[in-house]
Amino acid sequence: MISANLSAIFYLISGILFILALRGLSSPETSRQGNLFGILGMIIAITVTFLTVGNFSTSTIYVFIFLLIGGAIGAFIAFKIPMTAMPELVAGFHSLVGLAAVFVAISAFKNPEAFNLGIPGDIKLASLIEMSIGAAVGAITFSGSIIAFLKLRGIMSGSPITFPGQHIVNLLIGISIFVLIYFLCSSQSESFFWSMIAISFLIGVLLIIPIGGADMPVVISMLNSYSGWAAAGIGFTLENTALIITGALVGSSGAILSYIMCKGMNRSFFSVILGGFGGDASVSKDKKKDQKPVKSGNAEDAAFLLKNASSVIIVPGYGMAVAQAQHALREMVDTLKKNDIKVSYAVHPVAGRMPGHMNVLLAEANVPYDEVFELDDINNDFANTDVAFVIGANDVTNPVAKTDPQSPIFGMPVLDVEKCKSVLFVKRSLSPGYAGVDNELFYRENTMMLFADAKKMTEDIVKNI
Amino acid sequence: MEIDPFIFRFSIFILAIFVGYYVVWSVTPSLHTPLMSVTNAISSVIIVGAIIAALAGSSENIFETSNIFGFLAIVLAAVNIFGGFLVTQRMLQMYKKKKKNK
Repeated sequence: MISANLSAIFYLISGILFILALRGLSSPETSRQGNLFGILGMIIAITVTFLTVGNFSTSTIYVFIFLLIGGAIGAFIAFKIPMTAMPELVAGFHSLVGLAAVFVAISAFKNPEAFNLGIPGDIKLASLIEMSIGAAVGAITFSGSIIAFLKLRGIMSGSPITFPGQHIVNLLIGISIFVLIYFLCSSQSESFFWSMIAISFLIGVLLIIPIGGADMPVVISMLNSYSGWAAAGIGFTLENTALIITGALVGSSGAILSYIMCKGMNRSFFSVILGGFGGDASVSKDKKKDQKPVKSGNAEDAAFLLKNASSVIIVPGYGMAVAQAQHALREMVDTLKKNDIKVSYAVHPVAGRMPGHMNVLLAEANVPYDEVFELDDINNDFANTDVAFVIGANDVTNPVAKTDPQSPIFGMPVLDVEKCKSVLFVKRSLSPGYAGVDNELFYRENTMMLFADAKKMTEDIVKNI
Repeated sequence: MEIDPFIFRFSIFILAIFVGYYVVWSVTPSLHTPLMSVTNAISSVIIVGAIIAALAGSSENIFETSNIFGFLAIVLAAVNIFGGFLVTQRMLQMYKKKKKNK
């Protein structure tokens, strides 16, 4: 058994190690070391907790058993999961943090003596507020992440679910959570506690169902942030520095990522939250589409164009992830490089379904990270490039965002692929992207559409080069 | 007048938000996915609360309601800790500098 002061120092150390873990991610070179700091911080926190509680009994054995069960499940998932499924995995993990926060809050409410918070029926007011906030945010994180998981996994349709009066209903439910917390604090009654948690679960679902597939990167980042605030709320209840620091770190991290994602789509955070974007209603230019001629080609034509180019920029998107085309793509690029063609990759901030999704997939296919560029770093190079190879991306290349103020995606930063001498577009059909906007690029003189599955087409091109 | 200990914890909280703000802005965009998975893993430090809850109470009755919720929270958090750190490590391994032999 170690003193409370000593354990507080150790919790502070593990909090600092967590900061270093995030700090390590500033470059790929230091990132692995950063992850080790994170693991070390976690080991310290867990060990110190055991030593502080100090009473080693049968329950300790059970704690280890449950720890190992969870750990084995986690390790199994971590090794089995394909990189393309990373968004679902992260959403799933968020839901677990949220639910764990709810469970810890319930334990603290049922047995406040264990946490020095008072006795049942007479819990300290501040602690009660803190644990209610932790439980409410945790519950919202849990049910919201479950919905996000189902949407990303494709079990639930990615299109927004809206109903009249939705925002009013959400607002009222949101207010009712605060009202319930107020009554809970004045009466200490258990039924208010349970109803508050139940309503928080409900609002989590209602908040995420109206948000469409294209906005998923924002949703994941936002839930990441929520899971942090839930942890911080519990940290205040338990008076634990490691949890407070971590909660604040994770909370601000998720908030920054949401901001970056919103900026990548030129949408305000509130319009994303209010949802309804990316439905079928916004497809407006159907008539024009039918009349415009489209130049389509096959793998041979594409191979010819690529072979005769001196520089190529690859623009990957979600379609590449779906088709698992990253390895085939890398093979194609290797072949091009053998012919002394300069190849680089351009990644839009919101390409894919989560922040940095494309980078991970390219890294998985052994693409060196110094060949992969962000929007701002590469956008000027398109004008001096022979071929842009767009694979599975759509909205992020649409020039309409620069020209048509009527368009829902107007003002969104896009990759200037149309400035290349020619554009190759690998896509299964002419259907509009997730934003529901027709891509003007399809009908340009210098565009050649390659209608096929991204992986198959890429493989065919390799054969023809 | 004594300062409520809550204020000290609140100060730590606010300062940590600022630290988080500056640290996360310095994360390179290509590592945003590992950032999310590692923040996931570290926020599972909530397991300390779960362990305290699970170990609380008398040794005769180790499965009171509050203990059961503690044990459940341990399983959830452990999935996240192991899963989160390992999957982050797996991703970061891919970002190793490749030898250019072509």
